[in-house]
Amino acid sequence: MSKMDSPRQSRRNFLAAGAGVAASVLAKPALAGAGNPANQPPNVPEWTKALGEGVAVRPYGKPSKFEKDVVRRDVEWLTASRESSVSFTPLHELEGIITPNGLCFERHHGGIAEIDPADHRLMIHGMVERPLILTLEELKRYPRVNRIHFMECAANSGMEWRGAQLNGCQFTHGMIHCVQYTGVSLRTLLEEAGVKTNGKWLLVEGADAAAMDRSLPIEKALDDCIIAYKMNGEALYPEQGYPMRLVVPGWQGNLWVKWLRRIKVGDQPWHTREETSKYTDLLPNGKARRFTWSMDAKSVITNPSPQAPIKHGKGFTIVSGLAWSGNGKVKRVDVSLDGGRNWWPARIDGPVLDKALTRFYYEFDWNGEPLLLQSRVQDETGYVQPSKAELRKIRGVNSIYHNNGIQTWHVQANGEVENVEVA
Amino acid sequence: MSKSLKFIAAALLACGLSAPALAQQKADAKGGPRYNIGRAPTADEIRGWDIDVRPDGQGLPEGKGTVAQGEKLFMDNCSTCHGEFGEGNGRWPVLAGGKGSLTSDNPVKTVGSYWPYASTVFDYVRHAMPYGNAESFSVNEYYALVAYVLYLNDVVADQNFELTNKNLATIKMPNEQGFVMDDRATSEKSFWQKDPCMKDCVAPVKITGRAAVIDVTPEDGKDGKPRGVE
Repeated sequence: MSKMDSPRQSRRNFLAAGAGVAASVLAKPALAGAGNPANQPPNVPEWTKALGEGVAVRPYGKPSKFEKDVVRRDVEWLTASRESSVSFTPLHELEGIITPNGLCFERHHGGIAEIDPADHRLMIHGMVERPLILTLEELKRYPRVNRIHFMECAANSGMEWRGAQLNGCQFTHGMIHCVQYTGVSLRTLLEEAGVKTNGKWLLVEGADAAAMDRSLPIEKALDDCIIAYKMNGEALYPEQGYPMRLVVPGWQGNLWVKWLRRIKVGDQPWHTREETSKYTDLLPNGKARRFTWSMDAKSVITNPSPQAPIKHGKGFTIVSGLAWSGNGKVKRVDVSLDGGRNWWPARIDGPVLDKALTRFYYEFDWNGEPLLLQSRVQDETGYVQPSKAELRKIRGVNSIYHNNGIQTWHVQANGEVENVEVA
Repeated sequence: MSKSLKFIAAALLACGLSAPALAQQKADAKGGPRYNIGRAPTADEIRGWDIDVRPDGQGLPEGKGTVAQGEKLFMDNCSTCHGEFGEGNGRWPVLAGGKGSLTSDNPVKTVGSYWPYASTVFDYVRHAMPYGNAESFSVNEYYALVAYVLYLNDVVADQNFELTNKNLATIKMPNEQGFVMDDRATSEKSFWQKDPCMKDCVAPVKITGRAAVIDVTPEDGKDGKPRGVE
């Protein structure tokens, strides 16, 4: 970050699309009068009086220019370089459970590898009967599976361990996305290679400038992992690992190795940098949990939230949010308006899938009084999302990873929303 | 996980009862139907990419390098980001120091204070360093660099120490015993409640912290940096 671009300034920039703008809207809430009256009834709008652009003028479609603020954003102070950094999904701008490919958060360790699929190879070797080397085209000849799963960085909400720090669910919870993956079951490929009896672990490795490697237990590899080459029907995006990535449902995103180039079968874990110096959860006693792969059940209200204030004043109000669990399916979601004192069941709409985002709603008549909004998920194993206090009691505040505590949004009387902690 | 094992067992049982020939194929759990797509990599192809290293030393290539050799390489290629003594510049990773800090308010997780195995340093440095020019050094240079990083952490004390594929796995790291397996299923058992509370669950709450007050301004942090995720 240059001296010119101070953190204070950049913070103003990234919040400009949210609370800042909202505040100015709220100052003069003449909603019906917004826009250009010349295009509103009784007049005939300009887009009715002239032809628009023809087909294929936009050969690859993109969102309306009026949606230009719906983008991934980053927090510059988080990391030393943008090649090893993270951007965040704008959860507050999305609905349903599927994340558009262009908005899936990014986490790179050595920048986006731009790989010519003609030169990409996937190698499977080690404790196998028949080592394999495959091109993308060859991989596509294996039987396919289609699965919808969330992918969450273990550090999602990691900046909030010590308290409310960032105003916006994009930043507090945006290291998650959910897409439909198409690819080959990892089990199919391991069967093709023939894992030897003593093969208990896989080393999975990427082809980017970090060549990240992680150890994966064989049980998970044979259970539900996928080597994916399509997301939401089209080729993986380069920032998501084109031409192929690993999909490890319910487990932390760091294992979902992008630009996957190599799978080695062995009899012990490797204890790579990513699973020792990172992605281990430091507890108050100085010991650290390792191999904390699965993502705990978690939920967040995406609207209203700091970047998405209530602009309509009191009246019928839709609370919308997301819930998920690395353990399986979401069973129920409850919403509180008073900081967790009382709860009401939320309405779940849309598919409830295994290890996928689930959309919930809570509709109510807002009387204009301040609210302390919370959501709480319970998954099919009975796990109930804990409060932040319950979580900190066990894990302290040095964990960095796996912060799945209940989030509180303070909705003020003027509709503005702030990230707060309550007790 | 256990589901898949049960599935294998069920499949084996079913096949065994109905068709011995097929059972034979399935019993090779690694067998299944063969598609014969792809080919075997050559020994040379595997050698080029097979660069991972385990704590027991498996995977270490033949080679050697001294602390002194590593110091020169480090100054020329690594110190801009990591500092001459591994103290780190800006938000680039701190490599040395941090001893005794893991229970403090500001744990400093370095090779010496946190990493359980020396093999991890070799594996990572060879995979990804120098940053932006990965795998560009010779094997001997990687040994020398790792030797210097261990020296910065007082894991080896002698500047003439030579790290080799023979002795790397014998090096004990200070925090090797600092790790426990994931025990959330037992230590956090209280989170699996049967019926979540719905009414009068807690006393009326008050706001105790605000993002707008704590904020994200680096200058406001005690150590000059807000808490990152890395």
